[in-house]
Amino acid sequence: MVQFSLPQNSKILKGKYHKDKTGSNNLKKVNVYRWSPSSNDNPRIDTFEVDLNECGPKVLDVLFKIKNEIDPTLTFRRSCAHGVCGSCAMNVDGVNTLSCIKSHSDIKGELNIYPLPHLKVIKDLVGDLTTLYKQYESVEPWLKSKVGEKTSTEIKQSQEDRAKLDGYYECILCACCSTSCPSYWWNGDKYLGPAVLLQAYRWITDSRDEERKERLKKVADELKLYRCHTIMNCTNSCPKGLNPAKAIGSIKKMLASS
Amino acid sequence: MSNKNNPLSPHLQVYKWHISSLLSISHRIVGIINFIFIILISSILIFLGTDIQIFQVFSKSLIGKFLIISLCWSFSFQILNEIRHLAWDMGYGFDLKISRITGILTIIGSFVLTILFYLIGINLF
Repeated sequence: MVQFSLPQNSKILKGKYHKDKTGSNNLKKVNVYRWSPSSNDNPRIDTFEVDLNECGPKVLDVLFKIKNEIDPTLTFRRSCAHGVCGSCAMNVDGVNTLSCIKSHSDIKGELNIYPLPHLKVIKDLVGDLTTLYKQYESVEPWLKSKVGEKTSTEIKQSQEDRAKLDGYYECILCACCSTSCPSYWWNGDKYLGPAVLLQAYRWITDSRDEERKERLKKVADELKLYRCHTIMNCTNSCPKGLNPAKAIGSIKKMLASS
Repeated sequence: MSNKNNPLSPHLQVYKWHISSLLSISHRIVGIINFIFIILISSILIFLGTDIQIFQVFSKSLIGKFLIISLCWSFSFQILNEIRHLAWDMGYGFDLKISRITGILTIIGSFVLTILFYLIGINLF
């Protein structure tokens, strides 16, 4: 049964209020989700007053400023800070995005930062993506080619065939789309979710791959694939501007016409 | 890593609604309502046979009018949104801009169709 409300241990409490000490006239209130495994408390929302005069333009800069100057215990994932690695995916102002490419000036009023939705929280803004990675592994995201095994020369691909991968190979697996999908929230253990299905499609549509049929067969499942109801939250949230909904639609179409 | 006691991050509580997600959930709710009412209307018609006088009296009452207009809307909405879903099934309209436009068109169109259905309906009876 679908549980719409949060479990008892996940109910969010009001947290600490960190008042500005700089006396700046350009303050932004930043509400951040906090939870630590070393205490038995429920998660809480801490509010930080951040001086925007001395802060970089992106949401990640705000988080760094908080960590460096106000509360060093704040925990979040980040790596490249240029929208390439996908580590700093989180829920900013109600939509999943990469905090390193989201400008805080785009957000009016208070800035609300939560971890990616409907994940087990490891600490603060870090969610547990183990299931998603296992599902990614299950679609066997590598080239399967008998020709490739025998020869050491490259397998050529026409420009048209290569163009079919545009809009799919760019996916960095940040999980913004999957964790924005209500279907994935309710059926995340069985439904593969937009990110993994986009990856599955990327290999299905690759002209060099020889196991297209097997791949399609594997994914053709009431729960794995058809839990997509075209809610489009995935496409709305993708920070790279890709279209997982279209990829899933393409798989469905391939299955209907094959 | 065992994390049975780790909290679940907020989902519905914090996620922003988009036109597409709003239409998707209302499509489902309206679908269930229509399903129930089409059975109800059909069974009433079977019992009434050709005697539509009771229906005429009912349709002139305030509750009757409200119910009829609501059903005109719920069916119009479902028809238009279903067309959208059919287009998606054929692989069209996934573009973010287009899906937003068709979403808005569905909402506006459902009200236009409601008025149309109602006017045609009351002129027929």
